[in-house]
Amino acid sequence: MLMKLPMKETLMMVALAVAVLILMQVMGTAYGVRVLVEASCYAIIALGLTIQWGYAGLFNAGIMGFVAIGGFSAMLLTFPVNQRFWDSELSGELGIAFLKLIAAIALVFAVMQLHRIKVPRSIRLPIILIVMATLYLWVVNGFAPVTQGIVSEFGFIGGLGLPVWAGWLVGGILAGTVAYFIGHICLGLRSDYLAIATLGVAEIIKAFLKNSDWLTRGTLTVSPLPWPVPGASEVGFVMARALYLSVTAVLIAIIFYLLHRAYNGPWGRMMRAIRDNELSSSAMGKDVNQRRLEVFVLGCILMGIGGAALATFNGIFDPNGYLPLNHTFLIWVMVILGGPGNNLGTIFGAVFVYVIWVMSEPVALFILNAISYLGDMWFAWEAPSDFSSRALQARVFSIGLIITLVLRYAPKGLFPEKVQHHH
Amino acid sequence: MALFEATNVHGGYGGMNILNGVDMSLEADEIGVIVGPNGAGKSTMLKAIFGLLHVNEGEIRLRGESITNADPVALVKHKMAFVPQEKNIFPTLTVEENLEMGAFIRKDDFQHMLDKVYSFFPPLADKRHQPAGELSGGQRQMVAMGRALMIEPSLILLDEPTAGLSPLYMSEIFERIITINKAGVGVLMVEQHAKQALKIAHKGFVLVAGQNRFTDTGENLINNPEVAKAFLGG
Amino acid sequence: MNEFVFFINNVVISGLTIGSIYALGAVGITLIFSILRFAHFAHADLMTLGAFFAFFLTAMFPAVGPALGLPTAFVMLPLAMALTALAAVYIDKGFYKPLRRHGVKPIVIVMASLGVTLMLQGLIRMFMGTSSRNMYIDDRKGIHRIELPFDLANRPIVLTDPQIIIIVLLVIIVIALHLFLTRTRLGKAMRAMSDNPDLARVSGINTDTVVKVTWIIAGSLAAIAGTMLSLDVSLKPDLSFHLLLPIFAAAIVGGVGHPYGALAGGFVIGFAETLSVFNWAVLLRPWRDFLWFDLPPTLAFVPTEYKITVPFFILLAILVWRPTGLFKGKVL
Repeated sequence: MLMKLPMKETLMMVALAVAVLILMQVMGTAYGVRVLVEASCYAIIALGLTIQWGYAGLFNAGIMGFVAIGGFSAMLLTFPVNQRFWDSELSGELGIAFLKLIAAIALVFAVMQLHRIKVPRSIRLPIILIVMATLYLWVVNGFAPVTQGIVSEFGFIGGLGLPVWAGWLVGGILAGTVAYFIGHICLGLRSDYLAIATLGVAEIIKAFLKNSDWLTRGTLTVSPLPWPVPGASEVGFVMARALYLSVTAVLIAIIFYLLHRAYNGPWGRMMRAIRDNELSSSAMGKDVNQRRLEVFVLGCILMGIGGAALATFNGIFDPNGYLPLNHTFLIWVMVILGGPGNNLGTIFGAVFVYVIWVMSEPVALFILNAISYLGDMWFAWEAPSDFSSRALQARVFSIGLIITLVLRYAPKGLFPEKVQHHH
Repeated sequence: MALFEATNVHGGYGGMNILNGVDMSLEADEIGVIVGPNGAGKSTMLKAIFGLLHVNEGEIRLRGESITNADPVALVKHKMAFVPQEKNIFPTLTVEENLEMGAFIRKDDFQHMLDKVYSFFPPLADKRHQPAGELSGGQRQMVAMGRALMIEPSLILLDEPTAGLSPLYMSEIFERIITINKAGVGVLMVEQHAKQALKIAHKGFVLVAGQNRFTDTGENLINNPEVAKAFLGG
Repeated sequence: MNEFVFFINNVVISGLTIGSIYALGAVGITLIFSILRFAHFAHADLMTLGAFFAFFLTAMFPAVGPALGLPTAFVMLPLAMALTALAAVYIDKGFYKPLRRHGVKPIVIVMASLGVTLMLQGLIRMFMGTSSRNMYIDDRKGIHRIELPFDLANRPIVLTDPQIIIIVLLVIIVIALHLFLTRTRLGKAMRAMSDNPDLARVSGINTDTVVKVTWIIAGSLAAIAGTMLSLDVSLKPDLSFHLLLPIFAAAIVGGVGHPYGALAGGFVIGFAETLSVFNWAVLLRPWRDFLWFDLPPTLAFVPTEYKITVPFFILLAILVWRPTGLFKGKVL
């Protein structure tokens, strides 16, 4: 496959390399490598989206939520253990609160089975609702004093002190689990429902992480998160980041290889058949939803892993730092610009868009400063004080504009998906 | 001048032609019936006439004027109406609202046409305020044809008007078609029930693989042993 | 009795107000869905845009309201509606129509509508900044206190001008919309197109006109909802963020493509929200001596910071048990 790289794609890769080199020259090598590492984390997330959207036509509007779950998991599993908390009585009380939660779930599940002993529907529904409401209040009021105690005495429960890879792996698993439940409910319906539900679940995940101070320290943020490679204090910025980049690069290479095999195998063919011709493949029955669920969960696992890698690299877990613009829409731009369904195009799109995104900030600021300087000089015009925050909004606008323009004028992206036709 | 004329029509979906040179003509007040095996392009021809798919070659004329690839809205204004085979009613609208939608482009008072449609299809008169989706199959077909008649068309295109109907309803629909035709409306229809349809047809067109195989009067086609053997089931 | 008044103020009146707002948004979403077959994600931003227009007009003519004895922004509402409707029509022309012409899958248009969301948000904040604004400039919010004629109740029922206006407006809009959809040629054509778009075209219905009318109605209703909500609370640039999920949930609960269902759905979501954040401890306090447990100071089902979970879980529940919604709409 490396034998005959097409002209256009080779040229674009060269252009990308040049852009990265310029970035390194202008902003310094350490900064350039940092951008590359972040871009590589974004590439993992974008690969998750390209298989959802590109392979199966599933619309995930809540990527941010899965990325945040990954970050949370990296924090929880790898952050050093808070021994004071575990030695205190509160850890036991927290355990009891969790037992209450499990008991409540079991009870609700039991009540839902009432139809088996032939309780009529008209009685069943009120019973279920009342039981659920009571148990819910019971569990919530079981947690409240414990979590308040934790926050006031220890700040938060701390991490589990496990190796970094465990945090990333669990990040993927947690994201996949949430995706399973959402997908299970929505995938039998049209894609619009999935978009609405994922959009909602992302906001709820963020609200949860932001407000659960006992678990995440909320707005106080958790740092520093341990790295899988020696840090800057040991080997210097450039070297440490380069080592980190090699870890993410290997990860991408593995994911790329596995996806490449799956895409060209029977599984990938079936996915494309489902995407391109929903009606005739629905003749296959329930299988279609099962396949879509697989691809949705798989994509979200990648998003969780990418989110974990990103949080670990930044060394900080900050629930407020998760924004739909940076962690959902930017990734979309990467995928639809790079070429949905084309893994190489997606990686290209991720790096390219991220480099542009990072560079656009100083460039925009420079232009704005020039404008206010010239305005001041020529017209004695005083720039508004929140000029730079308005510049940020210009970026929001641009991302929206790019999405609509790409959809209209280059719907297949820069690297169109290559589909082998079998006649 | 013929009411309707199609010469050497080629067309289809995407780049693939389904019609490979179809000729047809119909005088005013005539019933034309298109028959032929499955996949011969019968419904495709109706859609091509009504601007629902692209005609790549050839010409279609209504009263001498070219209507090739015209927009359906423009064709309705030219007093041509089309009744699709399936999904040919608005199910949640009442019968009367369905008919009113047929007259959407009319700016004048069309009450007399409502009365006329109810006189063509008496069963509809009692159900005028009932949602059309609640009617039986045959009555739905009447709503669909009634909707098309609201513009007082000079030519009405019917795509398998008797598909899925019981034999009883089938002959009733054929009778209505004759009545409509006697009232001065040209009819061009596609029919699976070829024999019964050709009986009421002034002209018949037997299409095979997107081309005319036989073109004659309905009576001659029925009596043509070759046609009878191949297309009318002996 | 004071507890009961508290309940009326915090649940009944709040629920009616926010329910009306959600209902107006959900009607727009459901109409757009039934005519154009896609979930319009930028709808909450149309609401914000409408409120922004109303604010802009209020700032230009602040003295109009006090002269008439009504909130200025409300007097400016017709103009704001017209501007929002115009914006909606042109957004369709610029961003959705070309894609429709291209024959893309509906989901691609949904994606484009998210792009439009970002553009509108960016534009509004570029012009307005990110702080929240008071919609009252030269006038003040009228507050009505209704004293109850009982000795036990020494607290009044509190109603504000915008709350009264929105509830009255909603009643008028419902009647007007009903008459439009059942009595007028265009309204029937809208229903026809929702029923069967292909047949609508074949019947000679000018689908472009119907699409335009749909955007005009949806845009106008969005402007009303956005303006009245901002009058009642304040004009926040992140208004759309808090509206998007509830209005979609309302539309789906009511049954997509079903305008009356969307109205009901709006109130279901509105009341569910107010009931879940309501502090039930207040109502139980008079009976605290009879309870077998200690009454905590706050006993709400959902803390206010988790309010967004309410429409979400209602949405999930309806998708699991009844995807067609309460009124048997379409399944997307």
